[in-house]
Amino acid sequence: MKILVCISVTPDTTSKITFKNDNTEFNAEGVQYIINPYDEWYALVKALEIKEQTSGTVTVIHMGPPAHDVMIRKALAIGADDAIRINSITDSSLQLAKNIVAHAKDFDIIFLGKETLDYQSSEAGAMVAELLDLPFISYASSLSFNDGTATVHRDIEGGVEVIEIKPPFVISASKGMAEQRIPNMKGIMTAKSKSLQVVEPISEVEQIKYLSYQLPPAKKGVTMIDANHAEELISILHEKEKLF
Amino acid sequence: MPSVLVVVESSDGIIKKVALEAVSYGNALAQKMSETCSVLVLGKSDAASTLGKNGADKVFVVNGEVSLSDNQSLCKLIGDQAHQEEANVIVLANNSTGRSLVGRLAARFNSGCATGVISLAENVDDLLTVERSVYAGKATAKISLSGKCKIISISSGVVPLKSDGIEVAVEMIEYAPLSKMKVIETKRITGEIPLPEADLVVSAGRGLKGPENWGIVEDLAAALGATTACSRPVADSGWRPHHEHVGQTGIAIKPKLYIALGISGAIQHLAGVNNSKVIVVINKDPEAPFFKAADYGIIGDVFEIVPRLTEAVKKIKAHQ
Ligand SMILES: Cc1cc2nc3c(=O)[nH]c(=O)nc-3n(C[C@H](O)[C@H](O)[C@H](O)COP(=O)(O)OP(=O)(O)OC[C@H]3O[C@@H](n4cnc5c(N)ncnc54)[C@H](O)[C@@H]3O)c2cc1C
Ligand SMILES: Nc1ncnc2c1ncn2[C@@H]1O[C@H](COP(=O)(O)O)[C@@H](O)[C@H]1O
Repeated sequence: MKILVCISVTPDTTSKITFKNDNTEFNAEGVQYIINPYDEWYALVKALEIKEQTSGTVTVIHMGPPAHDVMIRKALAIGADDAIRINSITDSSLQLAKNIVAHAKDFDIIFLGKETLDYQSSEAGAMVAELLDLPFISYASSLSFNDGTATVHRDIEGGVEVIEIKPPFVISASKGMAEQRIPNMKGIMTAKSKSLQVVEPISEVEQIKYLSYQLPPAKKGVTMIDANHAEELISILHEKEKLF
Repeated sequence: MPSVLVVVESSDGIIKKVALEAVSYGNALAQKMSETCSVLVLGKSDAASTLGKNGADKVFVVNGEVSLSDNQSLCKLIGDQAHQEEANVIVLANNSTGRSLVGRLAARFNSGCATGVISLAENVDDLLTVERSVYAGKATAKISLSGKCKIISISSGVVPLKSDGIEVAVEMIEYAPLSKMKVIETKRITGEIPLPEADLVVSAGRGLKGPENWGIVEDLAAALGATTACSRPVADSGWRPHHEHVGQTGIAIKPKLYIALGISGAIQHLAGVNNSKVIVVINKDPEAPFFKAADYGIIGDVFEIVPRLTEAVKKIKAHQ
């Protein structure tokens, strides 16, 4: 099977979030970047598992600047066969999706993460699917193949839904789909010689613009209640906060 | 006449609160834009006509089986309806169905879109300005959307629930899905309110020591009518089911009350809960980072304190 995995790069989860230029731009100074965990831990590893079971290829695709090549090499070290980097940065999921689609013809499965940790928009997968007129299975937490038919569990509010579908399709991975893999020495060595093709973006009118950012107002501070009078908490929640 | 089209789901005939909120939002936005608020209900429901009370001017109900996961077929259906209703904006609930449709519809209309919107949209000329939460709830962003028909999914609690409208007639519309996917089973956790919809949540972490100790957590939750949640290591160790896991890699929630028992308050945990209205932290370690994010805190042993809280809740409820 021919599989494409879309990977994004996001600030590490422990990063301090601040903004600059009058709160119009993310302040990347001192911020550590990682491959978005949903893409690396779940989407990529699941793609590799399918390849190992059925043979085929796994291609990773990323839209980002040259500085992100190290992240792409990491994905290759984990086991992807080759990679494409679209040489551009965008805030627009639609711009991203159109660029991915330009290189996504003839794949059996296109994997994405359920969302990026920074923008958490969950938009790209559905867009790629619509532009290719393919089914889109969102929030998938498990995937297995039997006789060419995939059985997928997807997370829905308060439960899971079990779906059967035949490729081609687009799928977004949530937690639980696979076990994280750490690249080994051999992987890191072979990654250096794998193909990383850099392509220029197609660009169109942006339909979205990030105007400004705001940090949440600071909490007014915590009110401590003496453990010996813990019951007071319940009176506060009931009478003052009117929560029940 | 130009309109705001609200798309809501009915599962097993029931239209949930998130849907009523989406209709109230659509109504508020349509009034601002002097447009009609049209509502499309995915799935049959006897309650469809009452959506007029929540602000619908027109209600359309899909005649036939609807599989909510089949976003490919639904996108065509909604797209056609939006076209017919001359929709400038499509509003959806920010749940698994809504979020999976936003991107598809935006690609179909080649328009701007936003998931997880937390403000009532401003409409100036042909631009729609909305706020959404970014960086795992650590910041909000103001964005402007362009295009003919903008698509947004809205978080709950953005506008007050409207209920003073009048019932409207329901029009049925035909639907012929392509259904390239087959749903073979839906497993729902029954009995309690699903976490993303719960107003009150009692959550516990590794401080509980083992799954056998969850009785005190469940008792407090039951007394309050709350839903239970847990930290990631608790779910990873199999002490609790995965759907209870909240945080950056679990689900993000914003209940009115979040009570954290024996949870240290790691940044990844906070990412999923720090939008809760009132946060209560009970931890035996005065240095636990969670206290910094809390509204109320108690330093002490959960095994000793929680049963007393449960009793206190029961006492109040007995007098109600
Ligand atoms: C990329 C990434 C993503 C992550 N995503 C998530 C996520 O989504 N959700 C999540 O929760 N975590 C997540 N984590 C893990 C997170 O960093 C913490 O390790 C985790 O939240 C800790 O869980 P805990 O608070 O239950 O356990 P601990 O940190 O071990 O804390 C237990 C607490 O209980 C207290 N305690 C012990 N005994 C008692 C007692 N008798 N009475 C009262 N208090 C007591 C202790 O003082 C301590 O503060 C993630 C980590 C990474 C690296
Ligand atoms: N710059 C990017 N390059 C390639 N894939 C991306 C990029 N940004 C996002 N994605 C993919 O789209 C998914 C969802 O992202 P989002 O819609 O931003 O939440 C991610 O998990 C990735 O799989």
